[in-house]
Amino acid sequence: MKRNFAERKYIIIILFVFTGLVFLIRLFYLQVFDTSYILSAESNVLRQNTIYPNRGLIYDRNDKLLVYDEAAYDLLVIPGQVKTLDTVEFCNLLNITDSIFTLRMNKARKYSRYKPSTFVAQITKEEFGFIEEKLYKFPGFFVQSRSLRKYPYPIAAHMLGYIGEVNNRDIEASSYYRMGDYIGKSGLERFYEKELRGQKGVDVVLVDVHNREMGSYRGGRFDTVAEQGKNLYLSLDAELQAFGEELMQNKIGSIVAIDPRTGGILAFITSPVYDPNLLVGRVRGENFANLNKDTLKPLLNRAIMGTYPPGSTFKMVNALVGLQESVLGEYTSYSCSGPASKPIRCTHNHITPLQLQEAIEQSCNPYFWNVYRSVITNSKYGSVKEAYTAWRNHVISLGFGGRFNTDIPFELSGNIPEAAYYDKVYQEGHWNALTIRSLAIGQGEILITPLQLANLAVVIANKGFYYPPHLVHAIGTKDNIIGRFNEKKQSTINARHFNVVQEAMLEVFEGDHGTARWAKLEGVQICGKTGTVQNPHGKDHSMFIAFAPKDNPQIAMTVIVENSGYGSTWAAPIASLMVEKYLNDTISRPHVVKRMVEGNLISRN
Amino acid sequence: MRERTNILQNLDWVTIVLFLSLVLVGWVSIYAAVYSESHTSIFDLDMNYGKQLIWILTSLFLAIVIVVIDAKFYTTFSMLIYLIVMVMLVAVVLFGKEIAGSRSWFQIGSFSLQPSEFAKFATALALAKYISSRDINFMKFTSRITAGAIMLFPSVLILLQPDTGSALVFAAFTLVLFREGMSGNLLFVGVIVVILFILALLFNKFILIGILVINAGLILYLYGNLRKKWFLVVGVLLLTSAYVFSVDYAFENVLEPHQKKRINVLLGIEKDIHGAGYNVHQSKIAIGSGGFSGKGFLKGTQTKFDFVPEQSTDFIFCTIGEEWGFIGSFVVIALFVGLMARLVILAERQRSAFSRIYGYGVAAILFFHFIVNIGMTIGLFPVIGIPLPFISYGGSSLWGFTILLFIFLKLDSVRLDLL
Repeated sequence: MKRNFAERKYIIIILFVFTGLVFLIRLFYLQVFDTSYILSAESNVLRQNTIYPNRGLIYDRNDKLLVYDEAAYDLLVIPGQVKTLDTVEFCNLLNITDSIFTLRMNKARKYSRYKPSTFVAQITKEEFGFIEEKLYKFPGFFVQSRSLRKYPYPIAAHMLGYIGEVNNRDIEASSYYRMGDYIGKSGLERFYEKELRGQKGVDVVLVDVHNREMGSYRGGRFDTVAEQGKNLYLSLDAELQAFGEELMQNKIGSIVAIDPRTGGILAFITSPVYDPNLLVGRVRGENFANLNKDTLKPLLNRAIMGTYPPGSTFKMVNALVGLQESVLGEYTSYSCSGPASKPIRCTHNHITPLQLQEAIEQSCNPYFWNVYRSVITNSKYGSVKEAYTAWRNHVISLGFGGRFNTDIPFELSGNIPEAAYYDKVYQEGHWNALTIRSLAIGQGEILITPLQLANLAVVIANKGFYYPPHLVHAIGTKDNIIGRFNEKKQSTINARHFNVVQEAMLEVFEGDHGTARWAKLEGVQICGKTGTVQNPHGKDHSMFIAFAPKDNPQIAMTVIVENSGYGSTWAAPIASLMVEKYLNDTISRPHVVKRMVEGNLISRN
Repeated sequence: MRERTNILQNLDWVTIVLFLSLVLVGWVSIYAAVYSESHTSIFDLDMNYGKQLIWILTSLFLAIVIVVIDAKFYTTFSMLIYLIVMVMLVAVVLFGKEIAGSRSWFQIGSFSLQPSEFAKFATALALAKYISSRDINFMKFTSRITAGAIMLFPSVLILLQPDTGSALVFAAFTLVLFREGMSGNLLFVGVIVVILFILALLFNKFILIGILVINAGLILYLYGNLRKKWFLVVGVLLLTSAYVFSVDYAFENVLEPHQKKRINVLLGIEKDIHGAGYNVHQSKIAIGSGGFSGKGFLKGTQTKFDFVPEQSTDFIFCTIGEEWGFIGSFVVIALFVGLMARLVILAERQRSAFSRIYGYGVAAILFFHFIVNIGMTIGLFPVIGIPLPFISYGGSSLWGFTILLFIFLKLDSVRLDLL
């Protein structure tokens, strides 16, 4: 009997309908329930092209352009589009080795076959000229324009700072940055990063599967315009800076010159210096490593990070405190027994007894020991500790022992020890003026930075006040002056006490026995003070502070030359030349310049 | 015999409307898939949609010819047609143009022809002819073997090209055999074999066998009458265990690497959205991003920017899903299910066994393409490159399906004349 299987038609129709239903359920899930596919489709086709704005320009006080952006190029690669290529030719073109090529290719492939990775970053305009001609031979590679910092004058590298690619910490700290962006790493580039960087723009474009741009997304509705970075106008005088760097060549040390009327820094020199153009672009890494290895530490900004005992330059501070505390008068005289003096011997030959002005001029150590002892043993205060604290407060008010916190990153604060420090070292009640006698002549525990010492020159020039030293005068436009730097800081010393100090400092140049009389500048009244800082590691550091002209001070400065011996040999002439350059804009003593420039005080060991 | 009446009146217009709807959906979708700003005219003969229009017009012409020819021609010459197509299949392996490692195409000038598309209706005809012939008893084992051979022969020839996807299509005729009385158990065993294959790839084999042993124990416990035949149960158990262990070997040694990858990706063993899984990943994004009502005609970013490969041929369903959303997908699936169900209904009203079997053949072929093609675009099936009937771009495919369908419509139109 032949069975009819007609009923199986139902099974078959049910199978068809069932399949259709399964598909519909799946489609409902994909299309309606799970919305993640919409995002995936968008991320597939939308590419955000970042438009990098130019960083702000940096000008000196005379509108000289110090830093600008020059066009540069990043070579990008989309591994999926790379065809077989002549690796040898390609590597020669880019000046990279075969192994670097393989390494970067693999890295790019690992990241994405369809999205661009940076292959070579920061190709300069000159290099790009060669590469551009041959680039057609290498499909999959293309360039994106970026910019490189350029320094028309190779000066002030430390102060200007440099930029580099952001690291993970930068990215975590601010959502503004993406991998591959640049950020100011040091100096002004770092401090004024927000102003200089401007605002990145974004073009949202549609791309096809080969990552080819297919046009703007929704007519550019989501595009944002890049905003140019703001310019910085410095108080720096580029010519003075360049001159100072020249004078300081082959020497270790620093010069800080400040306009006492504003606190604006005129010259900010640290030596040895390097060409800021070295830390730009592709060569940055290698150059940075070399500079970092150098035993002379050229990357160190000694003007703010070098800390020294102030030496004899500190005698003015003690004089001022003594005058303010009324334990010293202009005509107070002490005798000096020369090298036989106790507890501090004198290194200078001079008349005895002597008064304050002569003591400053002659830098008499015993005189200032007496001054310091009377400050610390002042009966006005109940104890040595209180007297010391009063002294310390005066010193701090002159700008020592702390940071100015203006626009100079990585500034060190130096050290003016608190009374508690001596309590700890000698136990409370077990120390007195004699214990801390070194402070009388600027030695011992106290440490200052050249910037702080320059600020002391400012305070003396201004007879008692200063504006915090700063680098940038205005942002954006020249008349948009930064207000917070115009805050006058009054010291605890009365203006009248400065007269005798100024007179003494004038005599340093003008007097018959002045320690800087050889560095005298005809026609300009310069006030100065030499310092010789004992250096346990080698030859003494030569130090000098100065301001000029005496009655209308326009420049105040510190010069420190390490391992150079007496302050009068190197630091004083350099200061004198700097003053001449700034005030007269000419140099009347080329032979002195020659001697300074040719002086090589660096012994590499 | 009855008087022959008006051909047009006797044609099943429901099927024809469904057919025309699918062809139209296909043409519009191909236009959307390959649309470019520089060639906006849908009649542009340089573009696939322009060419598809030629294929559509010639297909309609073929349909008319098929309807005009006497129905007896198909019954009488079915074996001859089968033989001719088989010769073509052999010839294409020998003389065909090699494209991407396969010899599946005859190249005649700028025109190319894929004989495997015609093997489908030819095999359906031959199978119908053989099973319906009065002198064979389909209940006999040898008859079944012969029927199986008719099915498998073109499949083997196509494997030589090689074109695995097209070769698998012939398995669809199992559905026809099922309707004609093949034991349902065979289908059941087939399904179990596939399920065990997948489970063996996904899970630890010893755990799997443990579960099988427990199952066997349960069966013996629950069905007391089977206890006397315990050796049968144990035999089946041993057989399945051996099968589970041989899956790895078969998987590693029989399948091509790209096929293994596609299966691994489907099963989620391997995640490779840039390699083997790329098509499916992008296809799911395209369909998924369509949402409920779609992005709109020509607004599909996935399709427009070529993220989905083969989007006018095998992955054409993506374009529909992306631009027309769930609504569009629903319509297309409804059209297909409607067409297939209609074919079953038509097949069942045939008085001649030949027509009925052929009708089921048509439904089975369409069903196989439907389930595999859409299944792969939504990630339910491994990637097997076969077109979506009437919709995918391609002359041979459209011609093949049109001939397949219209021979049946012709047979149906004269159902009262045929016995």
